[in-house]
Amino acid sequence: MLLQLFWTYLKVGTFTLGGGYAMLPLIQREVVDYRKWIDETEFLNMIALAQAAPGIIAVNSAIFIGYQVGQRHVPASWSGGWRARLYPHLAVAAAVLGAVIPSFVIILAIAMVFSSYSSQPAVEAVMKGVRPAVVALIAAPLLRMAQKANNPKPFKDGGVLLLSWSIVAALLIWLVHVSPVYIIIATIVLALTATWIGERRHSK
Amino acid sequence: MMIYLQLFISFFKIGLFGFGGGLAILSLIQHEVLAYGWLTEQEFVDIVAISQVTPGPIGVNCATYVGYTATGTVWGSVLATGALILPSLIIMLTLCKVYVLLSTRFADNVYFQNTLRYLRFAVLGLIAAAALLLITPATFIDEWSIVLFAAVFVLTILPQLVRSKNPVVQRVVSTLSHPILLIALAGVAGYVIYA
Repeated sequence: MLLQLFWTYLKVGTFTLGGGYAMLPLIQREVVDYRKWIDETEFLNMIALAQAAPGIIAVNSAIFIGYQVGQRHVPASWSGGWRARLYPHLAVAAAVLGAVIPSFVIILAIAMVFSSYSSQPAVEAVMKGVRPAVVALIAAPLLRMAQKANNPKPFKDGGVLLLSWSIVAALLIWLVHVSPVYIIIATIVLALTATWIGERRHSK
Repeated sequence: MMIYLQLFISFFKIGLFGFGGGLAILSLIQHEVLAYGWLTEQEFVDIVAISQVTPGPIGVNCATYVGYTATGTVWGSVLATGALILPSLIIMLTLCKVYVLLSTRFADNVYFQNTLRYLRFAVLGLIAAAALLLITPATFIDEWSIVLFAAVFVLTILPQLVRSKNPVVQRVVSTLSHPILLIALAGVAGYVIYA
């Protein structure tokens, strides 16, 4: 079981380029359709949790599925006491290692090689073309994300105000070099305060 | 030894506050690695480019790369990647253990839902800032850079612009907007223009 988990996530980690959301359909096919470790509803719950929690979505999903699978399929030789409690954690480790190892190995190899080739004129010329393209790849999804950010509610109750917070946050990081960490903390405080005020007004 | 501690703290922070996946985490990584001078702006963009064309999450790719270049050893990579996923492990395992509680009560909680909604907007700002911070003389060297930027931008949003129902058109559009193809084409263009 541990090997299967490791192997499944190794495949997911190897065959998803670009990472993030691209991994989700592949994870679904492996974990729900093929291995039948969890069902469709649980998979949707898993996505919700993996997105809500901080960190890398693929790693979060590996932790969730590793834990659930480990909990349900404790081998007979592991049953009872501390060994049964340890098993889900080993399953988590197997899944996370599987998810991380492919990109770790590939990038490490590139890091070792690329630094010695990066000053070559041909490589430098290619990268000069690639760099502005990368900036476009980061900026382009913003439009669609802005449309989706307010889901399921379409732009009402504070949508426009929230969008101006996005702009203020961008300007603070860009021009004043405020750490994104403080933006995240401020956003959480803001959200909790606004909800608290809204709830109080609602109950009166 | 100091560098290992700094790497650990930085990537732990990135893992802890990195909400919203790939691109959102980029902004946090950018802030940390540039603040410490572990990478130049150019190197950072190069890594993002490499991340887009290699498998795996961007966060892991960056941690591995920075860990290696900052320390010169594989252990730097192991430490940075470990630090990045440690907050995930702590938080997700806790969530898993209270999962039964969560699915019934927490998911419908108005505080929880609203915070997620606010965070989605904050992440928009983070990503926009990451892009804005990269518009520098190091990445935009001449007018060709602007042409390449515009071309890739338009091709990326092409699926939203083209509303055709024709499956062949849809196929062509989604192929043309694929990030790996776009990076490869930009690389070829760069070679033709600058080499």
